[in-house]
Amino acid sequence: MALVLTEEQTLLKDSASGFFAERSPISSLRDLRDSYDSQGYKSDLWQEMAEMGFTSLLLSEDEGGTGFGFVGAGIVAEEMAKTLAPSPFIASSIVATSLLKATKNAHLSDVASGQKIATLAVDETGHHSPYTPKTTSDSDGKVSGNKTFVPEGKAADFVIVTADRPGGFALYLVEKDATGFSAEQTIMADSRGWAKLSFDNTPATLLASGDAAKAILANALSKANIILSAELLGLSQAAFDMTVNYLKERKQFGQIIGTFQSLQHRAAHMFSEIETTRSIVLAALQAADSKDVDDQRLAIMASAAKARASKMAELVSNEAIQMHGGIGMTDEYDIGFFIKRARAVQNLYGGYHYHLDRFASLNGY
Amino acid sequence: MSDNQLEQFRAETKQWLEANCPESMRRPIQEEDDVCWGGRNFKFQSDDQKAWLDRMAERGWTTPTWPKEYGGGGLSREEAKVLKEEMKNIGARPPLTSFGISMLGPALLKFGTHEQKQEHIPKIVRGEIRWCQGYSEPNAGSDLASLGTKAEDKGDHFLINGQKIWTSYADKADWIFCLVRTGPKEPKHTGISFILFDMESKGVSTKPIKLISGYSPFCETFFDDVEVPKANLLGELNKGWTIAKYLLTHERAMIGDMGLPAPLTPMARECVGVDSNNQLQDKALRADLAAHEIDGLAFALTMERAGDEAKAGASLGAFSSMLKYYGTELNKSRHELILKLKGSDALEWEGQASQNGKIAKQWLRTKANSIEGGTSEVMLNIVSKRILELPDA
Ligand SMILES: Cc1cc2nc3c(=O)[nH]c(=O)nc-3n(C[C@H](O)[C@H](O)[C@H](O)COP(=O)(O)OP(=O)(O)OC[C@H]3O[C@@H](n4cnc5c(N)ncnc54)[C@H](O)[C@@H]3O)c2cc1C
Repeated sequence: MALVLTEEQTLLKDSASGFFAERSPISSLRDLRDSYDSQGYKSDLWQEMAEMGFTSLLLSEDEGGTGFGFVGAGIVAEEMAKTLAPSPFIASSIVATSLLKATKNAHLSDVASGQKIATLAVDETGHHSPYTPKTTSDSDGKVSGNKTFVPEGKAADFVIVTADRPGGFALYLVEKDATGFSAEQTIMADSRGWAKLSFDNTPATLLASGDAAKAILANALSKANIILSAELLGLSQAAFDMTVNYLKERKQFGQIIGTFQSLQHRAAHMFSEIETTRSIVLAALQAADSKDVDDQRLAIMASAAKARASKMAELVSNEAIQMHGGIGMTDEYDIGFFIKRARAVQNLYGGYHYHLDRFASLNGY
Repeated sequence: MSDNQLEQFRAETKQWLEANCPESMRRPIQEEDDVCWGGRNFKFQSDDQKAWLDRMAERGWTTPTWPKEYGGGGLSREEAKVLKEEMKNIGARPPLTSFGISMLGPALLKFGTHEQKQEHIPKIVRGEIRWCQGYSEPNAGSDLASLGTKAEDKGDHFLINGQKIWTSYADKADWIFCLVRTGPKEPKHTGISFILFDMESKGVSTKPIKLISGYSPFCETFFDDVEVPKANLLGELNKGWTIAKYLLTHERAMIGDMGLPAPLTPMARECVGVDSNNQLQDKALRADLAAHEIDGLAFALTMERAGDEAKAGASLGAFSSMLKYYGTELNKSRHELILKLKGSDALEWEGQASQNGKIAKQWLRTKANSIEGGTSEVMLNIVSKRILELPDA
């Protein structure tokens, strides 16, 4: 498949770009942060995203979706990231949707329509280690344990939880008003809707167990990491564009700082890192849509894309601040929001070294 | 072209390659002698090498997308991609490698007269004439436009005097495409012309220069009252800089295109050893290797994307400078990594075990990648000015 967007995909990109620029500029995230909003996103924006069809990109038209698949979802994630628009898009419309689809769960249509929010609770420490949960369940499906770094954990109507069940690994679905369940908002650097969850003998529905559950989770995490790579690409591109514009405006020593070759070369180097990342992200998105790509190959592409995007985003977000000088350090200026979001996305579902390690293992070394 | 036609083309191509590519030409290029450069004095390594060249040249497939009129293959970009894929599938070597193909040809096709194309293109396609590039001079490297080799108008011919340097394979080439100053009073970029001449012309001499790798692929080239017919001027007088730059975009895309190199995993497993988890013993090196392979994958996909975008009508332009920068820096780090995987063995310079220092010499050769065809710094200058539109000082 050619590594270019089709006409339809380009239209989607243009409409997503216009939509987020108008409906959710960076000031919107700033408002949410300053008002200590516990939901982490604005309901009316989410409603409009659903009307645009963004919540059902992964469902085919027959399934009631828009049929854009992962390339479409990557496009939306990238454009959304350019204005750092906060929404449950990735947690609910990508990760939970993939899992509910794979387990043929009846909540799928409510989640795809955006009416209900769902999320995955997988991490238990600051390090991603998805297949060895300490959270347990008994054979009746009562879940006990703690999860951390759960995106939209406070807003979610359903939580998909990993647990160690007698006989092996399992995926469960927990409803937000189930007994023994509680969600506590975690205020993190990126000002988004994170939460810590706890389960105490909480009744849950079994979605999948054993190796099948692991395979379903692995597949969903591969896809999630590919979309997160697209988000990293989008936010880096926006931070880079802001920085290049600043280089063309700011004067010191009687000249525009963009005339200094040391800054020009660093900017040109960033450009090359962004463009090479763009290629691997697009190839990974196409792989996620392809029926000819097996789980192993998908996992390789996902780890390659996430590692690459994480390294690139780290470079670009740091350089963005440095090249702004003092103003880059001020809260009033928007560039700081990018580095904070970048690190959160880099960490979610495994950071740079996690994915390097996985890439090496999958390739036989 | 419909998918059906393309599939039919694929089937026919596969069959033809199967029947016509000699077995010995289906092994990877190992050393310089395996490369077929063509030219008047080229010594074919084997009958197979010659047969492979002749068969491909007859169909114009040494230059698949060039027009049929001048002996090229006349293939669309899609068909050329199919040919490339099918060649790759059987491990077929390129039948011919030359500066005529990768540099001069595209410029001739764009700027040459019908007569010039008729004279030169078929000989490039068939590998009969080997070209070299006379751009750089001792005092004009990155600042190429300050070149001083002069061509004086003597009525029916130009009289050329001056010196070029770093002229790759000048001692093996039959003809040279050369930048000369024809307008000594014009501003530096507008007094340059692009001219073609035979290296056997009276007054041309070359002197090989040895590289740190021990190879000697390039020369100093001297012109002492060389007479060149006026008809050999490519494009207009004093408009050579435009052609020079156009050619450089092709050269840069070519130098940058390292393709997707073979994984280093087998070498790593053998040289470093694996633990009970089937992982490389040296964990730090393992991480470096993974990071490098991911960069390599991202770059190969970027070359592919640039090709696909060109097919869709976008022009490559200054993006080729980014590709040249990235591809060459990547190739350098690949060879540094090979050195780390092999340890001190990699530094053996002579003797059988090291095939006379093959690894060390290849490693050193890659250092030139980020210098030849324009340095990395110059590529970054171009990206920052032409793509990012950062201002001049
Ligand atoms: C293996 C090899 C093969 C070659 N083959 C050919 C050939 O076939 N034909 C041909 O014509 N030439 C050839 N060259 C020459 C090559 O194009 C030049 O070496 C190259 O353009 C650099 O010029 P220079 O060597 O004079 O270095 P210089 O221009 O003197 O550069 C020295 C250093 O200064 C830096 N520098 C220079 N200007 C700037 C600037 N504006 N900003 C920042 N940094 C700058 C450079 O990046 C470099 O690091 C070849 C070179 C090599 C190594």
